[in-house]
Amino acid sequence: MDQLYGLFLYGISLLTMGGIYAILSLGLNIQWGFTGLFNAGIAGFFAIGAYVSALLTTAPSLRHLGGFELPYVVSFAAAMVVSGIIAWSIGKVCLKLRSDYLAIATIGIAEIFRLIFKNETWATNGPRGVSMIPKPFESLPEPWNHLAFLGLVLAAILVIYLLLETARSSPWGRVMTAIRENEKSAMAAGKNIEKFRMEGFVVGCMLMALAGAFVAHYLKFIDPNATDPMTATFLVWVMLIVGGSANNRGAILGAFLVWTIWSASEILTSHLPGDLAIRTAYLRIFLIGLALQIFLQKFPKGIFPEVRPKPERRRDSLGESSVR
Amino acid sequence: MMEFINFYLIPGLVLGSIYALGAIGITLTFSILRFANFAHGETMLLGVYITYSLVQVSGLHPLLVLPFAAILTVIVVLGIDRAFYKPFRSSPTIMVVIASFGMMLMVRSMVQFIWGVQLKGMMPGIQRPMVFFDSLRLSPKHMLIMAAAIVLMLAVHYLLSRTKIGKAMRAMSDSPELARLTGIDTERVIRMTWIVGGALATAAGVFLAIDTHIDTNMGFKMLLPMFAAAILGGIGRPFGAVAGGLIIGIAEELSSYPWIGMEPLLNPGYKAGVAFAIMIGMLLWRPSGLFKGKVF
Amino acid sequence: MSVIELDAVVGGYGDTQILHGVSMRVDPGEIVVIIGPNGAGKSTAMKAVFGLLNLSSGHVKLNGEDITNMPPDQVVRCGVCYVPQTSNIFPSLTVEENLEMGAFVREDDFRPRLRELYDIFPPLAEKRKQAAGTLSGGQRQMVAMAKAMMLEPKILLLDEPSAGLSPKYRGEIFAIVKAVNATGTPILMVEQNARQALRIANRGYVLVDGKNKFEGSGRDLLEDPEVAEMFLGGGAAA
Repeated sequence: MDQLYGLFLYGISLLTMGGIYAILSLGLNIQWGFTGLFNAGIAGFFAIGAYVSALLTTAPSLRHLGGFELPYVVSFAAAMVVSGIIAWSIGKVCLKLRSDYLAIATIGIAEIFRLIFKNETWATNGPRGVSMIPKPFESLPEPWNHLAFLGLVLAAILVIYLLLETARSSPWGRVMTAIRENEKSAMAAGKNIEKFRMEGFVVGCMLMALAGAFVAHYLKFIDPNATDPMTATFLVWVMLIVGGSANNRGAILGAFLVWTIWSASEILTSHLPGDLAIRTAYLRIFLIGLALQIFLQKFPKGIFPEVRPKPERRRDSLGESSVR
Repeated sequence: MMEFINFYLIPGLVLGSIYALGAIGITLTFSILRFANFAHGETMLLGVYITYSLVQVSGLHPLLVLPFAAILTVIVVLGIDRAFYKPFRSSPTIMVVIASFGMMLMVRSMVQFIWGVQLKGMMPGIQRPMVFFDSLRLSPKHMLIMAAAIVLMLAVHYLLSRTKIGKAMRAMSDSPELARLTGIDTERVIRMTWIVGGALATAAGVFLAIDTHIDTNMGFKMLLPMFAAAILGGIGRPFGAVAGGLIIGIAEELSSYPWIGMEPLLNPGYKAGVAFAIMIGMLLWRPSGLFKGKVF
Repeated sequence: MSVIELDAVVGGYGDTQILHGVSMRVDPGEIVVIIGPNGAGKSTAMKAVFGLLNLSSGHVKLNGEDITNMPPDQVVRCGVCYVPQTSNIFPSLTVEENLEMGAFVREDDFRPRLRELYDIFPPLAEKRKQAAGTLSGGQRQMVAMAKAMMLEPKILLLDEPSAGLSPKYRGEIFAIVKAVNATGTPILMVEQNARQALRIANRGYVLVDGKNKFEGSGRDLLEDPEVAEMFLGGGAAA
């Protein structure tokens, strides 16, 4: 019975973390799948969201900025706003250059954030991190506290998914698709590419910050290296490519799928004897990387292919239908 | 004054030379293959660890085994190109950029899997610096690194300006389409680009390892400064990459000099940010770099 | 036997058809000119020869051999050299290095040929060590042509060699085209400057909307009233 319960709790944690990654994946999807931007600094915006939300909600502390004890709604919103502002500043510099430059710049940004979190110990407690972060629903009895948090994450995914799907079939979304597929003709049609790119970039980074905020509260702890930043960024990319880019369903399902494989393989290999267990951790990364390459070459559309939004049909005065 | 030269300027030059060698590879790949190779830092890493193993096995000085390590590293790099980058030659560049991003993780994790993650040393023992003119301190390893770097840079210059394949590389950097129309063997040029880049990366990594130590994060730590150096110098301009590397190396070291008062100008914890700041500054002010390279 | 023969060629880029059954030929020693309004498919017809196009039907033959859809790097090795309209030199390489690159596929010593070309193009000899990107438009065209000639091609394809040049250089370019042809190299040339081009041509083809419209000797086309009305009347200069 205990084992079953343990499995049950594990399942909840799997879905919760998978769900957080799904939010990351949806954010990246706006940037990559819709606007064709290569953001290699996901971990940075993720961390910003985590720290902002953590620092705004923790109790007063000598080790870091704190004592605001604001409600979650505020801290989540703040995380998104701060991330959005930073994304806007970076975008101003780099979005007009080619995607490689954006990629390099975003890696740089993620590194800079990491250095700031590490060095500004008065605010963040440096490498030792911020702990005892409050968690929504934690006062509920087990297992309801876990289930409630999971519910929060799933609700967030649902809301985001619906908003994004609506946006996708709206004129805004269709311009995005046009830009992604044929930039030159979109430009010729008079669309301001830069503005759309910026919007996609900013909104995507805001979602990443939200995911970071969720993680901070879920784990009740955050430090500059919570996960190896590169692995975090990398995993999200694999999730998107494997799941299916330009495709919100694919982004979500890819996240759950890859996360499950990642987490399950971690558990399996942790049963191996000492040194081997550590080494196989790296082998897992290698294999995930290989999976990325295979999908990139053979299944670039991912497992869950894109369903294009149906163009609206309207009837003109003659009763003829035309595609708008 | 001597403190400035010994503990800031000279380390800056050494670090700068290392960045320069790596940046040449980046700038060539960027201009000939037209993509930012994220795996270049990990190529360095691989070269370092292969050298380490060869040193362990043979007992020879790292610089003696370096050519062999470079050959082995280049073989791996060519294999990677064939398997993971070549399929995307006529696809949008972003695909090969993602592939190189994935390669970055794959190479690093493979190195970590094979060699483990403990810190290692490339050369045993501590070396005493040699003292010139009563106060100029140059350690033998610094002199070795700078001399070797100069030799390599001259070799690259000779390749690009005097050999047929080197000129073909410059031609392809100008215009891959015209190169193809002219009948230039573009795959051969690409192979040469990887060979030069891979060999230089191995050397840069080994020099860094000789100067400091060996750890599995070396590659990633080098990536940003090398990109910054290539952009600073101008994409496609190997001389620019050298200048860029030196500037960034010196700037990084000088940033922690107490210019004003007793404290370092910049908290040394942020040294890694210097390269990034210079790169962003360059992209804002003059994206084509100091020597008017390409902007894509 | 014609040096180059296009036989009812149909093709375009991707899904767009541009050529709808174009036929033409270049016989040994000739200068053949392709003229026509914008979008007629003139440059496209030339690209069809060089393998830069997807041909869905029709043939291209070089000295009787079928080279339809052969990729450009192989077409070059067969002795067809193509000078595109723009981006036809390597700007950061010197003049001499550009010519050296032109000779890339040669396995023998290219230096005698280099000296020959310096004789045909004296200004290039003068500026051989200068970066090609710093030359004037007319000199750059010379570099582009000389580079293409390093392989002693069986035929030279020129895409609007006088485009963007001042009137003075235009005359010079056409004179050079004649001089090159005089050494025995047949030339297929697309031109917007129809009048000047037809004056030096043996024969010409007029393409409209991807199809053959008129064809005849250079002289005949110059004097044809219909052709004149189409292109030559209001000043054929681009």
